[in-house]
Amino acid sequence: MSKSGTILYLDGVSVSFDGFRAINNLSLVLDRGEMRAIIGPNGAGKTTMMDIVTGKTKPDSGEVYFNGEIDLTRHDEADIAMMGIGRKFQKPTVFESHTVEDNLMLSLKGPRSIFPALFHRKTADEARRIDDILGIIRLGDKRHMLGANLSHGQKQWLEIGMLLAQDPKLLLVDEPVAGMTDAETEETARLLKDIAKTHSVVVVEHDMHFVRELGVKVTCLHEGSVLSEGTLDFVSADDRVVEVYLGR
Amino acid sequence: MITRRFFANGADRRVFITIGLLLGAAIVVPILNIALPPDSAFHVPSYMVALVGKYLCFALLALALDLVWGYCGILSLGHGAFFALGGYAMGMYLMRQIGDRGVYGNPILPDFMVFLNWKELPWFWYGFDQFWFAAIMVMLVPGLLAFVFGWFAFRSRVTGVYLSIITQAMTYALLLAFFRNDMGFGGNNGLTDFKDILGFNVQANTTRSAIFAASAVALALGVFITWAIINSKYGKLLIAVRDAESRTRFIGWRPENVKLFAFTVSAVMAGIAGALYVPQVGIINPGEFAPANSIEVVIWTAVGGRGTIVGPIVGALLVNAGKSWFTGVLPEYWLFALGGLFIATTLFLPRGVIGMWDHWMATHRERKAAALPPSAGAPAAPTPQQREWQASATGGAPEPQPAE
Repeated sequence: MSKSGTILYLDGVSVSFDGFRAINNLSLVLDRGEMRAIIGPNGAGKTTMMDIVTGKTKPDSGEVYFNGEIDLTRHDEADIAMMGIGRKFQKPTVFESHTVEDNLMLSLKGPRSIFPALFHRKTADEARRIDDILGIIRLGDKRHMLGANLSHGQKQWLEIGMLLAQDPKLLLVDEPVAGMTDAETEETARLLKDIAKTHSVVVVEHDMHFVRELGVKVTCLHEGSVLSEGTLDFVSADDRVVEVYLGR
Repeated sequence: MITRRFFANGADRRVFITIGLLLGAAIVVPILNIALPPDSAFHVPSYMVALVGKYLCFALLALALDLVWGYCGILSLGHGAFFALGGYAMGMYLMRQIGDRGVYGNPILPDFMVFLNWKELPWFWYGFDQFWFAAIMVMLVPGLLAFVFGWFAFRSRVTGVYLSIITQAMTYALLLAFFRNDMGFGGNNGLTDFKDILGFNVQANTTRSAIFAASAVALALGVFITWAIINSKYGKLLIAVRDAESRTRFIGWRPENVKLFAFTVSAVMAGIAGALYVPQVGIINPGEFAPANSIEVVIWTAVGGRGTIVGPIVGALLVNAGKSWFTGVLPEYWLFALGGLFIATTLFLPRGVIGMWDHWMATHRERKAAALPPSAGAPAAPTPQQREWQASATGGAPEPQPAE
């Protein structure tokens, strides 16, 4: 399989924790500009896969390449984030004692060393970027609210906004609609589809209605490796998928 | 424009009032002490100048701790070590100023070295006859220790209780080391019997007043620097690291560097506090490294309100004034009172005195705003004023995470 033209390339990746194989010979390829939904029962290794891509966990074996050329196993979280991989956590994580605007300001692409941050003055360009993102994530009227005072769904959007502020090439989005109302879920699907026009996106999600709404290729993980891959209709018609979801 | 920025919200106004008060005290207190006759009603007695000067040094130490604990969530139980190192650097300068006026009359060697039969000055005492050199060391030694210690600790991602324990171990190790006579720092007795500072008699009223003024100015400067740091983008990052360290890492920041900078700046501030403390009390000994001292600093900060700039200063002044009074009236019960105070603060005043005050004011204002007719209140976008209330209701008095 050729790495060129791919944004994310995992081949034969395995990792175990205390003898438990969380990821088992996993291979997954994402093309540039593609959006992919990843489903799978609890413990299938979805979050561990994201940990490996973002440098939080080092794989025991296998290849992990970003953009066809960068070996991600050699870099740490901050490096990988700077290369252009943004990650949204399963539990929405924003800076609760900062305003929505400051949350985005801290995430904006730019130098990441201490002294420039000490003497930083907000530029007109940055203000414009923040306004743009606030428009995209539909939080324009909440810009002065503290992160802690946002609703669950708004925190999810703010976190997605923080990823966008980094101007990443690839977004990893872990359970973006967990705990959202139906209306919020629809809005989020629209938001992610918008983002996918200009970015590569990996979405991990349990909610099948949401995955259907996204209308993209689906990969089903089970026990740390790929069980089935294709359209949602194809995957959900697969007997093995039905089996792992419903049990024997 | 600049004044608007300076007085943008209540917390900032309070910081500038504090700086004004400190600078005012630096001028007025020495005048009231020196220029007025002792029988005047406005005369400030000399013992009071020395006592409050000492409290101001403690306040600077508490402020230094607050920068790392309140704003970055690093609960250091070893900040007394940086304070003591700054104090020792100043003590070494003062020792060398004694010259041949010591008991043994040796022009170069301090008394304790003569007593131990040392023939020449150890290399690390070179340069301490110069004030400028000592002044640099006051900042450099604590700063360097904090940098090296922090570099290893933060890089290894040691956080929470584990970090607190190793900071405590650090100060305890230094305590044991400085107790040893062959370390060359006076062992058990430490450094004392000082005569001159910059050519002036340390015991003189004028000198004491001048050191008081220097302490007040140093604290004012510390407040300003802390305020400037907290209000920069870096300061926001510091709070972000406190609240969600992994989030900062996944957007590309390196939390270890963020912490390291704050820890080093804080250690330098603590060192300066120690250096100003030593000439006012006239002695520095290994007891300053005692873990209990560092824990007491945590109590001052908690009582005043961590995560606020004025809080640790108020806390240090209140608790130490209480200590002076209490140890006079019921000396044997002071430690019980201190322990009880810490428990009471944790249970009933988790945000400290200042945090509680802010919270109380915010709810009071909200109630007042709610009482207004609806047509007058509730604009669509929050005014800066409202934002400030929100901030002081939650963000301004953040709930520091318990050590994980």
